[in-house]
Amino acid sequence: MSLVSTHGLSKQYSGLKAVNHVDFELPKGQVRALIGPNGAGKTTFVGMLSGRIKSTSGSVIFKGRDITAYPAHKRMAMGMAYTFQITSVFADLSVEENIALAARRVVKGSSNVNSKVAEVLNKVYLSERYDQIAGDLSYGHQRLLEIGMGLVQSPELFILDEPTQGLSATEIEGFIELVGVLSESTTILLIEHNMDVVMKTAHYITVLNFGETLAEGTPAEIRANPSVQTAYLGAS
Amino acid sequence: MSESVNKAMPSASIKKRQRVNVGIRSVLLHVAVIAVLIALYFVLPEYHSGNLARILVLAIFAMGYNVLFGYTGLLSLGHALFFASGMYGFGLAIQFLDVTASVAIVTGLLSAVAVSTIIGFLALRTTGVAFMIVTLMFAQAGYLTILLFGDYTRGDEGFVIQRADRILFGFDLTQPANRFFCALILFAICLFFVAWLVHSRFGKTLVGIRENEERAEMLGYDIQRHKLIAVIISGTLSGAAGAAYALLFGYAGASFAAVQYSILPLLYVLLGGAGTTIGPLIGTLFMFYLIDYTSEFSSRYLPSDFSSAYMLIAGVALIVLTLYAPQGFAGLLRRKVKWLP
Repeated sequence: MSLVSTHGLSKQYSGLKAVNHVDFELPKGQVRALIGPNGAGKTTFVGMLSGRIKSTSGSVIFKGRDITAYPAHKRMAMGMAYTFQITSVFADLSVEENIALAARRVVKGSSNVNSKVAEVLNKVYLSERYDQIAGDLSYGHQRLLEIGMGLVQSPELFILDEPTQGLSATEIEGFIELVGVLSESTTILLIEHNMDVVMKTAHYITVLNFGETLAEGTPAEIRANPSVQTAYLGAS
Repeated sequence: MSESVNKAMPSASIKKRQRVNVGIRSVLLHVAVIAVLIALYFVLPEYHSGNLARILVLAIFAMGYNVLFGYTGLLSLGHALFFASGMYGFGLAIQFLDVTASVAIVTGLLSAVAVSTIIGFLALRTTGVAFMIVTLMFAQAGYLTILLFGDYTRGDEGFVIQRADRILFGFDLTQPANRFFCALILFAICLFFVAWLVHSRFGKTLVGIRENEERAEMLGYDIQRHKLIAVIISGTLSGAAGAAYALLFGYAGASFAAVQYSILPLLYVLLGGAGTTIGPLIGTLFMFYLIDYTSEFSSRYLPSDFSSAYMLIAGVALIVLTLYAPQGFAGLLRRKVKWLP
């Protein structure tokens, strides 16, 4: 059974159909990449999955339950985590407190929170910087911090919106490694422009174009698909 | 991988030790504040210790305001309504229901809880500037309601709470010593409550909402619920201050529901340091004596036409402060003492 699925999911912005009738199935345990040219509706689509954006029509099913009418926080509490396209952390709080804020919703008791926070700081390579103010971190570290905030909640579905945007080549290598570790315990939906990252991490790819599903398949299939090539990858 | 695990271990144990210290330090700080206040009573001349009782009650009001403004990041311009709900919930019960002071305190608190729940529920449909306007409008509506029912509330003129009604658990609160220590006990209860609150999971979530509401929501926190509870706690503390004011100083009047009593707690908190536990007390103390000294100065040295010149002097002092200490006194202190709660 799918962990999350959508049926005829649409979003209309006065005249513009940002997402048009998307049927989508994401099985548990998969790493799925969502790709497509700018303006294809990727962020709007995951916004409707996470509840940040209200859908115009269609439905979202998560863990067998229709969550279309649920507010975002309730969906997160059901086991989703979300990182923003534009990094969003608690910029004036310490790195440790950022992760702790995320942890406290799911873990009770301060010693449990502390050990969980220490464990996750370690996983996202930020142990050394636990007492720094989050806003003072480099962009790449802030991205990692935001991933850590999702990670500490042990989500069943982790939605990452362009996580490697603005990262250096070495940081991207680190990220690819991190996704490998994460995918052992959670299902991942990744919006990504960097084809190298997509090919190395994704088990399966969905291509959106003009708000509609253009193609779905394994990385090899997508790479060989001529309509995807014209729409997105360019003629090569 | 194992190398970074080893690196993380020592820092984790250092962190734990530091956190315990912060907890103890925070308790010690608040106990010390109370101890200083007790000592002040015995050191200060009667005029000033009388002022101090009034300052402590107003500081409770400021602490209530601070929960919403300093910790949750919501700027209300209508807290006079909450102060007045406590004051009239207490005063009207004494006046018309013929209850004892301790029962009237409970009715004062209940009325503050009820009013803040309703206002919170309605006003939190808005955010930002609209929230400020809506709270201001509700407070004005409350003020006008008090005037409208002038037959009961005595309107602007207000009413005196008789000496016989100002006896709490056998203590006559018209006596300066009883009055001071009653104010101090109430202040201490509120101070320790707020210190506990901001250290709790709930209080830390409020700070998260203040810092980045969208992020807090996407971590799975119900923002509206947290904000509503913050309004209720803030309004109830403000109402407690209102009830205490009527009890200790024997008077309830509509001027306490007017707009200036919505602005005052904002000034107290801004001056003292928003988002700090001791900031409201410092700000109230400073503001109270700023007005006190400047009005004495202008009445003594300036011709009577300039009797309101103290407003100008106080205003200039406030501008200087916001220019050079925008985080307030406790905010300045926090730059040196990072653990300040």
